[in-house]
Formats: sequence, C-alpha cells, structure tokens
Amino acid sequence: MSETKKLLYVNRKAPYGTIYALESLEVVLIGAAFEQDVSVAFLDDGVFQIAKNQNTDESGMKNFSPTYRALGDYDVNKIYVEKESLDARGLTIDDLLDLTYEDEDDNWAEKDSIRVISATEMADLMDQQDVIFSF
Amino acid sequence: MTMLHTVNKSPFEKNSLESCLGHITDGSAVLLIEDGVYGALQGTVVSDAIKSAMGKVSFYALNSDVDARGINRERLIGDIELVDYSGFVKLAAEHDKVQSWL
Repeated sequence: MSETKKLLYVNRKAPYGTIYALESLEVVLIGAAFEQDVSVAFLDDGVFQIAKNQNTDESGMKNFSPTYRALGDYDVNKIYVEKESLDARGLTIDDLLDLTYEDEDDNWAEKDSIRVISATEMADLMDQQDVIFSF
Repeated sequence: MTMLHTVNKSPFEKNSLESCLGHITDGSAVLLIEDGVYGALQGTVVSDAIKSAMGKVSFYALNSDVDARGINRERLIGDIELVDYSGFVKLAAEHDKVQSWL
C-alpha cells in the first residue's frame, strides 16, 4: 500500500479532564511515521488543548502541551481551529500556542501551522478526508 | 443548612454547571474544579449565568486546575475567589454538606 490517504484527527475534548487529548496526540505522532496527508482539527472543548501557558506544577499532572510544538517537525503542519468554538469560550488565536513548521519548499522558512476556520469550512474539510480519527 | 457545590465538568460539554446553578440556595458556595474551571472564564457563552448567580452564592475556583489549563487569572470573572487545596478542605469543613455535580 503506497497510496497516500488524507487523514484527519478530530479533537473535541479539554486536555486534562479525560485521557482523550493525550491519546490523540500520541496517535498523531505515531501516525506521522506513515507519511500520509495529515490534518489535525481542534473544535468544541478541543481548542483548550492548545491553550498557551498551561502550568501543571501544582496539580501534579503531566503538562503535555509543549509536545504540540513538535508536530511541525513531524510534517504535521495543517492544524485547523474552529472559530465558533474559540468565540464561545472567549478565546482568540492569541490565546493559543505558537505552532510553526519549516517549509522545505520555501527555503525552510518558518510558517504558522494553525489556521482558524469557520464551522462550515470545518465541515468541508471533514468531507474531503479519506479517514477520520475522532477523539 | 449551607451547602458546598462542586462542579468538575466543562460547561461547554455538559450541563453540570447549569444544573448546579438551577439548584443552589442562598448562602451556598460553588467551587469549580478540574474541567469545571472553564466556567470561570470571562466573555464566554456561560459567564452571564455565573454572574447572575453571584448575588446569592459565592464562587470559588481551584487555582491549580486554573493554572494547569493555561487560564490567565486575569481572564477569570471578577469576584470568583481562587483557592488552593487547603482552601478546598476549609470550604468543605465550613459547610454542612458537599454536593458534587459530575
């Protein structure tokens, strides 16, 4: 099987209340080895996964948010965030991690991985995929 | 009888906070913990519900859960008091009962 498929990981859960977010991140990183056409979506409470300034020192949980920054190094650089989900939670793109990648087709220029899109655009994105992984 | 209500679910995903707010009596306290702390954010679709209940009950949020989630303390609804783990214990001891909204 050398055919490249379009894969979308859909993240809809907040980061610490359940294990979904961490499990998803691990699957995305493992899946990156298969060199498929990967996109990652954050909507509903999933947008909280990539919130800036997470600090778990006092709570004793593992802060896995820095790991999202590694996605760019694994060629996972299409990260879609739903605007309606941000709006409902009083958030803007400035509240999110700075996720970037180096574009090998553009002299390794550093570019933003995050694209904020509408729910309608999110629906289209989902429609274009071969496989959807839901978390 | 005073009651401490704890809410540990995100108000954007579950109706635990909404149901809690519909069952509180004057003088009670509501403590937001775990994903419940998202309810303490300003400017969201649920912040008005908290603000309108402020008159009759006091609101608290657990600081370690706020910090873990990257919520800037300045972005919390004013008048929500942050407590640490020993503050949580103190609240539980000060009230006659604890009810958990899961």
